[in-house]
Amino acid sequence: MTAPLVEIMGVRKSYGDLDVLKGIDLEVQEGQVVCLIGPSGGGKSTLLRCVNHLERVDQGAIKVAGEVVGYRWQNNSLHEMRSSQVCKQRAKIGMVFQQFNLFAHKTVLQNVTMGPIKLLGLSKDEAIERARTLLDHVGLLDKQSAYPSQLSGGQSQRVAIARALAMEPRLMLFDEPTSALDPELVGDVLSVMRDLVSQGMTMLVVTHEMGFARDAADSVAFMAGGEIVEHGTPEQVLGNPQRERTRSFLSRVSA
Amino acid sequence: MSVQAESPSRQELETASVVPLRHPWRWVSAAIITLLVVMIAYTLVANERFEWPTVARYLFSRPIIDGLLLTIQLTVIATVASLILGTMLALMRTSANPILRLSAAAYIWIFRSVPLLVQLILFYNISALFPTINIGLPFGIGPQFAFGEVNAIITPMVAAILAFSLNESAYTAETVRGGLLSVDKGQIEAGRAMGFSEGKIVWLVVLPQALRVFIPPFGNQVVNLLKMTSLVSVIALADLLYSAQIIYSRTFETIPLLIVASIWYLILVSAMSYGQSLLEARFAQRGNRVGKATKRSGPTTDTSRFFALKTGAVQVQATSEKDER
Repeated sequence: MTAPLVEIMGVRKSYGDLDVLKGIDLEVQEGQVVCLIGPSGGGKSTLLRCVNHLERVDQGAIKVAGEVVGYRWQNNSLHEMRSSQVCKQRAKIGMVFQQFNLFAHKTVLQNVTMGPIKLLGLSKDEAIERARTLLDHVGLLDKQSAYPSQLSGGQSQRVAIARALAMEPRLMLFDEPTSALDPELVGDVLSVMRDLVSQGMTMLVVTHEMGFARDAADSVAFMAGGEIVEHGTPEQVLGNPQRERTRSFLSRVSA
Repeated sequence: MSVQAESPSRQELETASVVPLRHPWRWVSAAIITLLVVMIAYTLVANERFEWPTVARYLFSRPIIDGLLLTIQLTVIATVASLILGTMLALMRTSANPILRLSAAAYIWIFRSVPLLVQLILFYNISALFPTINIGLPFGIGPQFAFGEVNAIITPMVAAILAFSLNESAYTAETVRGGLLSVDKGQIEAGRAMGFSEGKIVWLVVLPQALRVFIPPFGNQVVNLLKMTSLVSVIALADLLYSAQIIYSRTFETIPLLIVASIWYLILVSAMSYGQSLLEARFAQRGNRVGKATKRSGPTTDTSRFFALKTGAVQVQATSEKDER
């Protein structure tokens, strides 16, 4: 077996006295989809944000594609990287936020072309061609000259996914991508994510959509209180949970 | 009450015409204001002490135009200097370095607390505090590279430029900071997650969005600055107002010359307000549908609604407005 694309090793993080992550171990193989589920405040989003160094890890380390994220190993210690090096690592990791965070002053097309032009050095024409293909995939080619304020939540999130994919990432992070959406718009975003799964994209997804976790994920990790309480296949964790904490959470979610 | 007693039939309700609420007090207040405006207009024409021919004679006279140019020059220099220094101060105030943060806050505190007039006189008299200026290493160690008499360097114009630029920077810093803070943190995070450097995030994501919030208060500030430059008359710098004062102290045509100055200030501020509205339109949040709809319905709707002129007209406009939304 090849080395996993993402290796999370003994990651700890605290805000003052509050331990948000208490030693997390998790691996994501290339092409796998891992869903993080659990109650809010359980550390799921924080863990996800550590993977692209939006949050600093206090102890332990995260490797993506064999490289420690945000730190350099030297003289038996981890040295924090210069921000220019962190930027290079982040460019290979796509991220989709709960609140979409589309650039409000740019059109849909400009949102998707901005990264490739400014960071990957694509010509404007190449970037536009790539953006059009991606917008077509997410069904929003006709919205290319709209501004984010003219889009519904579901449309915004699909543009955000296209924007992340335009950087041709090796890994996609989803931070509760459907939690801010009206219920009838969730399906559009999930179907775009399912397409990505079928194309073999490696994904780490924080979600409350148990249906998506059940039929799209290769493994599901239940997080609560800063720890991974249970980790296994969707059938194991969602169908036959072993721990009381998982059971009570699942009964409340499905109720 | 007979009106309430007979309840209308469904058919009557469907076909009935609608009588909008009348607003008699709007007519009364409008009449009073109109009367006042007419009275003011009458006195402007009828009162010969305004001496309009004298106003016309001086409006384009050499000393007035020279004063006007000096006023514009001072405003432009102080505005540009305050944009540069103010942006630096705003970035310092949001910096992670506590020394930078504190020193910027102290600067803003001092320059906003001491009255502008006091600052102006202080800079004019700065030679009393520092008679000579040496450029070299601090505390007089080693060789001095340049040496000068402060009295010769600080002309009234230099004192005015220093006072207005440094004072205005303190205000611009706060306006810029307000603009920076108005940008959602999620925008910065999205930029980081994509791999943009902090500098590129400021330049490509934060500043363009901050400008929209920055322009209206900054426009206000520049209008204020323009009028405040008239303070330089206390240090005998011949700006627009002081040029007018020089003339009327000789000819005693006080009122006409103050009117000449006022007319020029009105023209300058109007031009600036027009420029500001162009800038605002340029940096408006594009694709904001609500904003466009209000603009399109325009002042006609407001006036006709104000007086509730015709039932039909109001109804039509009300529906067309709904359609736009």
